[in-house]
Amino acid sequence: MEDKEIKELEKAVEQIWEVARRFGLDPYPTNFEIVPATVMYEVGSYALPGRYSHWTFGKTYHRMKTMYDFGLSKIYEVVINTNPSYGFLLETNSPIQNKMVIAHVLGHVDFFKNNTYFSKTNRRMVESVSTHAQRMMEYEFRHGRKTVERFLDAVLAIEEHIDPYFFIKREIPVAEEKRRAEQRPKDGRYDDLWHLDKSEMQAKAEDKRDDEKPRERLPEKDLLFYLMKNSPSLAGWQRDVIAMVHEEMEYFVPQMQTKIMNEGWASIWHARIMRELDLSDNDHIEFANLHSGVVSPQKGQLNPYYLGYKIYEDIERRWNEPSQEEREKFGRRGNEGREKIFEVRELDNDVSFLRNYLTEELCEELDLFVFELVDEEEWTITEKRWEKVRDQLVSNMTNFGFPYLEVVDGDYNGNRELFMKHRYEGTELDMRYARKALEHVHTLWGRPVHLETVIDEESTVLHFNGDEHGED
Amino acid sequence: MSIQRNDWSLQRKGIIDQERHKDRVKEAIRKNLGSIVSNEAIILSDGKRTVKVPIKALDEYKFRFNYQKSKHVGQGDGKTRVGDVIARETRPGTGQGSGQAGQDAGADYYEAEVNIDELAALIFEDLQLPYLQEKAKKAVQSRKTQFNEIRRTGVIANLDKRRMILENIRRNAREGNARFGDIKKEDLRFKTWEEVMRYESNAVVIAMIDVSGSMGEFKKYIARSFYFWMVRFLRTKYDNVDIVFISHHTEAKEVSEEQFFTQGESGGTVVSSAYQLALDVINQRYHPSDWNIYPFHFSDGDNYYSDNEEAVRLADELIATCNLFGYGEIGGEGSSSYRRSSGALLSIFGDRLQNKDRFVGVRIDDKEDVYPALKQFFGKRDLATD
Repeated sequence: MEDKEIKELEKAVEQIWEVARRFGLDPYPTNFEIVPATVMYEVGSYALPGRYSHWTFGKTYHRMKTMYDFGLSKIYEVVINTNPSYGFLLETNSPIQNKMVIAHVLGHVDFFKNNTYFSKTNRRMVESVSTHAQRMMEYEFRHGRKTVERFLDAVLAIEEHIDPYFFIKREIPVAEEKRRAEQRPKDGRYDDLWHLDKSEMQAKAEDKRDDEKPRERLPEKDLLFYLMKNSPSLAGWQRDVIAMVHEEMEYFVPQMQTKIMNEGWASIWHARIMRELDLSDNDHIEFANLHSGVVSPQKGQLNPYYLGYKIYEDIERRWNEPSQEEREKFGRRGNEGREKIFEVRELDNDVSFLRNYLTEELCEELDLFVFELVDEEEWTITEKRWEKVRDQLVSNMTNFGFPYLEVVDGDYNGNRELFMKHRYEGTELDMRYARKALEHVHTLWGRPVHLETVIDEESTVLHFNGDEHGED
Repeated sequence: MSIQRNDWSLQRKGIIDQERHKDRVKEAIRKNLGSIVSNEAIILSDGKRTVKVPIKALDEYKFRFNYQKSKHVGQGDGKTRVGDVIARETRPGTGQGSGQAGQDAGADYYEAEVNIDELAALIFEDLQLPYLQEKAKKAVQSRKTQFNEIRRTGVIANLDKRRMILENIRRNAREGNARFGDIKKEDLRFKTWEEVMRYESNAVVIAMIDVSGSMGEFKKYIARSFYFWMVRFLRTKYDNVDIVFISHHTEAKEVSEEQFFTQGESGGTVVSSAYQLALDVINQRYHPSDWNIYPFHFSDGDNYYSDNEEAVRLADELIATCNLFGYGEIGGEGSSSYRRSSGALLSIFGDRLQNKDRFVGVRIDDKEDVYPALKQFFGKRDLATD
């Protein structure tokens, strides 16, 4: 890219920023980098630049890069949620593509900054992951690459099983803490017998430590956290690896919870911002093509960009021109559309977004349906009633699309065995995968592990003891 | 707000981790060598350097929902109705032209791109040439000319023009005027040659196959995959590897590679005819003092009873002249072993050959047996017994 083009792009960034601010967007300052495809796909496959090494990233990178090389798919932009934020532009983008991407990125950054699910997000995550990468490398050096890699395989198998609201639960209210302290048995008269062989100081110190030991709060949804704290078999560096993965997942979970909203928001604003720019006729046509490519419905699948885009538009319309009924029932005064979508972008996540704002008219217009496999052969549309469709969509988004597992006992059989429960809500686990994943959990726990789930409507417990699988 | 363009040319992380992924694929391949060795894509690769082989995918196992048993939400073009079929379930592995993938129900296969040379390196890791030491001494000498010296005199046809120009400019420079021109005799340089002796090691594989009525598609395929790897392996050890193809039923004849693998089958089996022809070929074209000789014979072991005596005698004779004589007896796909008891050739060889040090006999019932057979033929063995 010529220096002249960069100068022009710089001007465009200023202009787009101004327009965005006028619309009421409030993004972090954002730096844009023009990068070659190799770097674009690298950042894309790691989701953050500078993360630790693992073959799964290499697998993704290879796949993405191959798709690009064969012209099957292309990433136009990657955006990093930090303060300041980073947007990556592919060096082969045309000027119009770049402008659209810049506007789109600012939409994402505004969302990152203002949506409440991101309120606890570490905005210096790039620095954090690079220290993680360094520590991981040190462990590889000390314990061997294979050892660390195998261990990471196991950790990554359950990486999604963290509690997105960990920051709420970990703090026990003071009153509750007091009540528990009172319930704890008072020191017995003979308790000092336990410490006969130790000095008084030591005994006190030990008592104290004992007191501060985290009490298990079961059931625990955060598998990673539970295993890190309570696994009977892990070395210090292994617990640290889990902690690092946990921290990175804390960062990614809000993005997993707001995929549709975030993409819809960025799409709606890139469209509006671009309309405010002085584009030549040719540029306009190129932009219109690009835009329709981004928000076009894909047959059979759901395009999150399109779905989010349509819902925001619909909300804005309904709050701008409420029906007579809405005016009377909900007290909507009209012309509140802009205000309303900004409120939604602040308060909702995908689940509540769909549950609250996907309407009957929209379901019809988008021609949404539920489909399932019939007779193990034909994928068939089985439901079109809009409430059912909406509920199915919401249910598929719950727990960001992963089964809800929790630890219910860390001392099962009185033998330090781990017992987990799948909260079954009508959808079965992939059993082959579940057995393999259970092996990974065993690697982390080091003693027999059990998982209760439902197969063919019957409660079933899977066991793995390190050598063989069982089931009953 | 800024736009930047940095130098990313040192950025390698993705590529490094891609290598880690390749390592894992390689490991998976190593674990699956048994089924990969006899994979059609490789055996019929026809000189291609890389082939796609289905191997069990490097899955990232997680707790996930059963996709087939879940309900999903989709989007139509505005006219969908309940009851519409939007897609048909394809069974995993079908439609890829390999029956193998279908056997393991529910397993995901991943088309790994495999470089045949790399794969060969993996397979050959455990193999070595039996009795190589002894024969290596008998490597053949050959003369070769090498232009490797420059002299001031010589035949004008061997004039080295570049060097002449260089020398000319140098001389002119020494005289204070660096330019090209005014060539004198002392500028001329000539290339000269030297004769060097090269020691070449030669090997010949005498591939024999039974094309009698009882040898079907499967059996021939087994033989073919075995020969594929054998020839490749020998090429890593010897400079020249010749292959002689002999097919036989009641009579033996030398055939082309094409015929060898595709010839229709008919008639009965007289094994000694093939061995006799092999001996003739050795006598006429591959003298044992110059050649390492590897006769291998694949048959289903259904020899004419009256020929067994002769077959054993000739096999002994072959063993005496060769590095290693291999005999592979191929059973039917998944066939039972009842045939072996009816005096099949393998057990006869086992009982009656005089020199069994240089004889390897294996039984192959299944595609997966090819790799172990290779290992048995070319496995590490104690040379001291010789």
